[in-house]
Amino acid sequence: MLDQSWLLIAIPLAGAALLLMWGKESDKFGHLIATACSTASFVFGLIMFIQLAGRDPADRSVTANLGTWIQAGTFSVDFQFTFDTLSSLFVLLITGVGTLIHIYSIGYMADDERRRRFFAYLNLFIAAMLTLVLAGDYLVLFLGWEGVGLASYLLIGFWQHKPSAAAAAKKAFVLNRVGDLGMALAIMTMFAWFGTTSIAAVNEQIHSVSGNVATALGLLLLLGACGKSAQVPLQAWLLDAMEGPTPVSALIHAATMVTAGVYLVVRSHDIFDASPTARNFVIAVGLVTLLVGAWIGCAKDDIKKVLAGSTMSQIGYMMLAAGLGPAGYAFAIFHLLTHGFFKANMFLGAGSVMHGMNDDVDMRHYGALRTAMPVTFYTFGIGYLAILGFPGTSGFFSKDKIIETALATNIWVGIGALIGAGVTAFYMTRLMLMTFFGQKRWQKDVHPHESGLTMTIPLMVLAALSAFAGVISLGNWIEDWLEPATGHLEHVEPPLPMLAITLIVLVVVSAGVALAWFIYGRGNEIATEAPADDQVSVFTRAGRAEMYGNQINEALVVRPTTYLTRALVWADAKLVDGLVTGTADRIGELSGELRKPQTGFVRSYALMVLGGALVVLLALLAVTLA
Amino acid sequence: MTAYLTLSMLLFSIGAVGVLIRRNAIVVFMCVELMLNATNLAFVSFARQHGNLDGQVAAFFVMVVAAAEVVIGLAIIVSIYRTRRSASVDEANLLKA
Repeated sequence: MLDQSWLLIAIPLAGAALLLMWGKESDKFGHLIATACSTASFVFGLIMFIQLAGRDPADRSVTANLGTWIQAGTFSVDFQFTFDTLSSLFVLLITGVGTLIHIYSIGYMADDERRRRFFAYLNLFIAAMLTLVLAGDYLVLFLGWEGVGLASYLLIGFWQHKPSAAAAAKKAFVLNRVGDLGMALAIMTMFAWFGTTSIAAVNEQIHSVSGNVATALGLLLLLGACGKSAQVPLQAWLLDAMEGPTPVSALIHAATMVTAGVYLVVRSHDIFDASPTARNFVIAVGLVTLLVGAWIGCAKDDIKKVLAGSTMSQIGYMMLAAGLGPAGYAFAIFHLLTHGFFKANMFLGAGSVMHGMNDDVDMRHYGALRTAMPVTFYTFGIGYLAILGFPGTSGFFSKDKIIETALATNIWVGIGALIGAGVTAFYMTRLMLMTFFGQKRWQKDVHPHESGLTMTIPLMVLAALSAFAGVISLGNWIEDWLEPATGHLEHVEPPLPMLAITLIVLVVVSAGVALAWFIYGRGNEIATEAPADDQVSVFTRAGRAEMYGNQINEALVVRPTTYLTRALVWADAKLVDGLVTGTADRIGELSGELRKPQTGFVRSYALMVLGGALVVLLALLAVTLA
Repeated sequence: MTAYLTLSMLLFSIGAVGVLIRRNAIVVFMCVELMLNATNLAFVSFARQHGNLDGQVAAFFVMVVAAAEVVIGLAIIVSIYRTRRSASVDEANLLKA
């Protein structure tokens, strides 16, 4: 059964095709079909996971070959799916969280007349994401990679009647193209050097070529990962992507798709092991992104954008961990899983809040919602504690591990991660206080109410997972489980005892919480209108402007490209067209001159004939006499 | 012999000048006939000089062509006159650039 992993993909894919083609009759039950497909995939994945767990650790990788996909000369790509310890965890995360979000969406999208289409896209996303994580060949992975990009585009722009949503979808797509360029170049480089794009073969042969190839491959893959995972410098699309329906933000832009970059780095770990330079770049990208994302999270008033900034920041942690090498791969994946739970939980909670607040996303219009929406409050609260790293919750285990490893590898990177944890505590506490505590700042005609059961049950399940998912790190289970896929974990000794590091992290986090409480708690009045840009500090302004990501892109890429295009258009119009139309014009002028003798007077024609005859005669004479 | 050729040349020149300077289509036409007949005279003279019939044959051809030309030319002139009330060649100048 383990070699039937393609079924995992086929079920939701069939669901998507069915829903897209069936037509209006399926409007009534389309969402149930989609949810059933996702659930079936999850159950199947769970059975496969248990079977895999029953095997010998050395034997925990099953590759299924569905036949040749591309055959050209010596180049051959097989439809290869690998079900191993790494992809099995992803399968469970994607289908598990995916199914919960399907259930949630039944309630959330109940009033949307295009709900069937929405579910079709969700199923399409699940299928594409599973292709991405199950692929045994970089080209098959690329197929899934583009598939999730497509699903993301369709779902961000799902409310396409809003120009902002349509623009956000386009932006996400275009910025992802930049990353995809890196991916495509990486795959071509692999083909050029190894003659194959199989993940296993490339990772095996990477040690036999020069380090420069590994560095080039690593940097190109990192570019791809930056695009998909919204890491600096390709981060600008993620905040706009919040235009999509909230379940989409939870599933695609928090729990699964945006973590594909981390998956890619971990999956290609041999390439990064072979190139310390590429790994340093991964660390740098992760560290910068985790601080930038947290910074943005502090300045935004839009609840979804705060969470989006937080997502960037948490993925920065994962990238950082992945860049730390063999010591960090397992922790990157561990944090990815726990983040998948608690961030999906909080996004769905935010969706529930928006549902009760007439789709208002401005936290300044919330306040005191803990009594109006108790289930949402408690589940959100658990997610909040998890992201903070409250002792015992899942985030406590996963984030501490990353900070520990970072401190052990490089003290400055570790301090950066530590500061990030403090800032995270600050902005998440701010979000909690502004949303659930303090005074009511509700707009007129807003009557917050708890959401229905289809929405609260997924919240409860995810809250439970956020609280208890940390157990998989007990007894180093996660490290041992991932060992066949990511290599042996080198245990590095941190500069301080573990307990001391944990205490320092807790102190920093508490400081963040206390600062937020000092500013936004204590019964302080919070203005319902955000202060104007010229009344806030330069830091807030930068955060609100999303660290000027758009402006930088505009200045560095969009403008120069526009000018280049204009220059090319000018050259085409003036030089190329000038040459062509110029020739025609000259010929036209010449004919104009030739037209002048055609006066219409018979006698002048006759004169010309006579003249011509005389010339011929004289020429003849000249020839004969000469 | 020279006298015939001189006469032929004179007639041709008169015809050519007439074609160039006269406006009346009928007169232009007559001048064209004059030029044709001047060449006929030259043909015949040369035939006599060389003692063969080639020139005579050519003269006959020219006469046939001239007759045909007169038929078509006069028809054109008459129809132009009918539409324009004029037989001046300078007024039939629509076919110009």
